[in-house]
Amino acid sequence: MRLIINGESRDLQDVRTVKELLDVLGVDHQTVAVMINGEIVGRGDFQKSALETQDAVEIVRFVGGG
Amino acid sequence: MSNVLRVGDYTFQSRLIVGTGKYQTHEIMRDAIQASGTELVTVALRRVNLNNPGEPSLLDFIPKHTRILPNTAGCYTAHEAISVARLAQAAGIGNLVKLEIIGDQDLLWPDPVETLEATKILVREGFTVMVYTTPDPVLAKYLDKAGAHAIMPLGSPIGSGQGVLDVGAVAWFKKRVSVPVIVDAGIGSPQDACLAMESGADAVLINTAIAQAQNPVLMAQAMKLAVEAGRLGFEAGRMPRRLEAAPSSPAAGMIGATQK
Repeated sequence: MRLIINGESRDLQDVRTVKELLDVLGVDHQTVAVMINGEIVGRGDFQKSALETQDAVEIVRFVGGG
Repeated sequence: MSNVLRVGDYTFQSRLIVGTGKYQTHEIMRDAIQASGTELVTVALRRVNLNNPGEPSLLDFIPKHTRILPNTAGCYTAHEAISVARLAQAAGIGNLVKLEIIGDQDLLWPDPVETLEATKILVREGFTVMVYTTPDPVLAKYLDKAGAHAIMPLGSPIGSGQGVLDVGAVAWFKKRVSVPVIVDAGIGSPQDACLAMESGADAVLINTAIAQAQNPVLMAQAMKLAVEAGRLGFEAGRMPRRLEAAPSSPAAGMIGATQK
């Protein structure tokens, strides 16, 4: 399935949910927030939130800032 | 009550808020936060680096008792800032947000129109909104009316270290708004922080002046003392200024004076 992840186009196999996507990418669930096509996915919804081809996924986390 | 700062439902014993940007290492940042005595630190929200997804999380270096204040830095519209605030909330660290919407790239000057609009919406959504703004007392009144929980005028442009260019604005704000006034941006040295506090600011927010000092940990401690000194000086109430001298020692009783 082709997804746009943080602005980059990626082809990923066997990724059906946000949880599976984070696992495949090696991203820790605890420290990130996720948005799909502009809609925020709650932390409790990673497992049930389904992905579709061409979805634009933003995965963000906290960094240093003032 | 000199050391209690209240923002919305939150209470802080320290009147110094510290930014987490521009430190050379996470360890130096952690030590500076500790030395500053702060209980509130700002962070930014950015995309995960997909080429290095396992890099250590900034949050692991923030002391446990310290509350996190996510900013909307980098946003140019109310729409963008609201999305960032919601995302930060979704990341699970509470409902505080430092609303920062820029209208000029080189000055990093706040956009007053977008900022006021976003304040209204975020307040309605239940956020505790700390608003970065221009030193404009009329805009401050609008932000207060919109429900902002703290109003944060810039001292001078972000990262410039020029100090508080118009320190009189602090008193103007204090007279006109009902919520804490926090000087955010531009503080370059402890004297700037002290002056802002002495002028009646409820708190100051400092990032670059600590992070880019030759010794950030020592500077964090200096800022802590400066903020405390300034606050105490404000509460004590300074003497009136005079145009000419007034002797501190008695004018009468000098030796060799002739009695008449």
